[in-house]
Amino acid sequence: MAGDKTVETTGLLGWIDRRFPLTSTYKAHLSEYYAPKNFNFWYFFGSLALIVLVMQIVTGIFLVMHYKPDAQFAFQSVEYIMREVPGGWFIRYMHSTGASMFFVVVYLHMVRALIYGSYRKPRELIWIFGVGIFLCLMAEAFFGYLLPWGQMSFWGAQVIVNLFSAIPFIGPELSIWIRGDYVVSDATLNRFFSFHVIAIPLVLLGLVAAHVVALHEVGSNNPDGVDIKAKKDKYGRPLDGIPFHPYYTVHDIMGLAGFLIIFMAIVFFGPEMGGYFLEFNNFIPADPLKTPPHIAPVWYFTPFYSMLRATTDDFTWVLSGLSVLAAIVMFFRHKGLVKIVSAVILIVVAVLLRAIDAKFWGVVAMGGAVVLLFFLPWLDYSPVKSIRYRPGWHKVLYGIFFVNFLILGYLGTQPPSAVFNLMSQIGTLIYLGFFFLMPIWSTLGTFKPVPDRVTFHAH
Amino acid sequence: MIKKLIGALALVIAATGAHASGGGHPLEAAPDRINDMAALQNGAKLFVNYCLNCHSASAMRYNKLKDIGLTDEQIKTSLLFTGEKVGDLMMGSISAKDGKAWFGATPPDLSVIARAKSANAGPSGSDYIYTYLRTFYRDTSRPTGWNNLAYPNVGMPHVLWERQGPREMTMVAMHEHAAEGHGKGEHASWQRITTTYDAMGYSTVKTENVEHYHGGVAADVKFKPLDPARATAYDSEVADLTAFMTWMAEPVQQTRKRIGVWVLLFLGIFFVIAWRLNASFWKHVK
Repeated sequence: MAGDKTVETTGLLGWIDRRFPLTSTYKAHLSEYYAPKNFNFWYFFGSLALIVLVMQIVTGIFLVMHYKPDAQFAFQSVEYIMREVPGGWFIRYMHSTGASMFFVVVYLHMVRALIYGSYRKPRELIWIFGVGIFLCLMAEAFFGYLLPWGQMSFWGAQVIVNLFSAIPFIGPELSIWIRGDYVVSDATLNRFFSFHVIAIPLVLLGLVAAHVVALHEVGSNNPDGVDIKAKKDKYGRPLDGIPFHPYYTVHDIMGLAGFLIIFMAIVFFGPEMGGYFLEFNNFIPADPLKTPPHIAPVWYFTPFYSMLRATTDDFTWVLSGLSVLAAIVMFFRHKGLVKIVSAVILIVVAVLLRAIDAKFWGVVAMGGAVVLLFFLPWLDYSPVKSIRYRPGWHKVLYGIFFVNFLILGYLGTQPPSAVFNLMSQIGTLIYLGFFFLMPIWSTLGTFKPVPDRVTFHAH
Repeated sequence: MIKKLIGALALVIAATGAHASGGGHPLEAAPDRINDMAALQNGAKLFVNYCLNCHSASAMRYNKLKDIGLTDEQIKTSLLFTGEKVGDLMMGSISAKDGKAWFGATPPDLSVIARAKSANAGPSGSDYIYTYLRTFYRDTSRPTGWNNLAYPNVGMPHVLWERQGPREMTMVAMHEHAAEGHGKGEHASWQRITTTYDAMGYSTVKTENVEHYHGGVAADVKFKPLDPARATAYDSEVADLTAFMTWMAEPVQQTRKRIGVWVLLFLGIFFVIAWRLNASFWKHVK
């Protein structure tokens, strides 16, 4: 019977608690949820990502009230929001800046996970949900970018949807099915609108919930990669833990204040961000008959776009060669069935790399670069989690990986050229090599001893 | 190591930056008159009188001009000619089809052209408009009799030419001339090609061989106004028109910057409070 449960609370709260786990949820996730006390700067970005998500949803709701998902009116309706809807410009700039800042925050959140080994056991599922969120975010950004119906919206969508036509056999039909037409058109705009405002956000919210629930089940990692639950006081509270509320709520409010200063400075003083947040070409209405001379995706896609462009016919020779090399290594390093199966698969891949059009492999490289992240927990064999206790040259390796990612991002914004193409090919190899060779290099070198307790300097 | 990496990265960016620029006529910076109401109003007058004949500004209502200090009455009496209402959108007088037939391309809508013509981390669309409207020259080889430096072989004639007055143009270009038996490089000789367009658009070309030239391929353009006073006044008018088109592309831009100052001031104070609040909680954590 409802109301028969014994609870500590009384009055209204007691009435609720007998019917709904309000106090216990509050305790489990906030006031008695123990987080490591040594969080640093990198730990702001999780809560910031959640706040940006909320901002995107709220501003999105208001935009949908005035936006028209119709090829005839879409471009005009955005200008209508900018000029005639009271405060519309603010809502729209919040949303456009939020899109880019979402990626800034999420990329930094991922860097944190990489350097402190937050994807390692027992946090593999948190990481997998997280990569799922990242994929959803990319889909959300891609579908949303068509909606203003500018030249970049149109041609960006055209280029990306055309990629699907590179898939052997089903490709051409598949891309028509996605567009709902032979070119990007009103039908495409309508379905992308539907994906952007309802389908993807639903999945995104589900994944975010799963991400947080999984996190609260095992607890946060920390910059030392030490398990704080290993050392507890007599009440069973982790010695190095601290209640999330109030300590991290006030801490995150401070982080939010700092973030909002940057965010609002962009919204009010440079919403175009030099053409990187709002591309200038997108102020020209979509024209199916006029291809822009240079089509570049928005900055957050450019590292992956570089890898797509890097995969030319010549480059598949290199990849094919490396695949053969990997087959030989697998054959001589392993025993039994693994040895045979892995070598055969790699040889087949090497052959297919030359047998199928390079355009297809470009798509595979671009998609694979993201999908590869799912496997990260099973690629890293290092005995320590945190970069703090790894050999010095590991730090250099991570540095090269991040700088390489930024260079790939830069190259993706530029028109293609021979030198740039070579650079992005090298960059692609560095990116792929970092992950594929991780099972080997992550075990090498002299690791420093990991302390029992976290390093913490009182404020 | 990190420093070396950053150094290498800086080099790459510097090299690619140099790679990205180059080509096209250099754009002149437009004077900043975005806060000058008289300039904006003059720009609006020029825009309605000249540009709106062929172009539209379909995101602009006439009564939006109240934001730059005009009254409904002023808009009605001096800017509406063919029976439009003050609440109407600024639509051009010719159809898209006619525009295509007459000029080879439909005259683009100008509502947000000042934003559309900006370059990533480069000159703004305002600079483009300012340069474009001041680099028309007569060229008899073009169907309209006009050509443009910022937009070579443009379909649009120099609508404002009477305000600028006649001009002559001299274009000096250095060309690497690969003589027979010589490849390109140090031994190649250079030619200075001087093309002059007179005020009627007839061109003459003079070619000279140049020895001991070590520069790169270069082009230099000089205009010579035959009515200097008119041309100077025109420059100022174009600056006004550019300011108006810049304002029109985002009418809220001055408002947003004004509000932004207060928002940042508030957030600055909020940050200090949040920072001290955080510190007061954390000082007990050992």
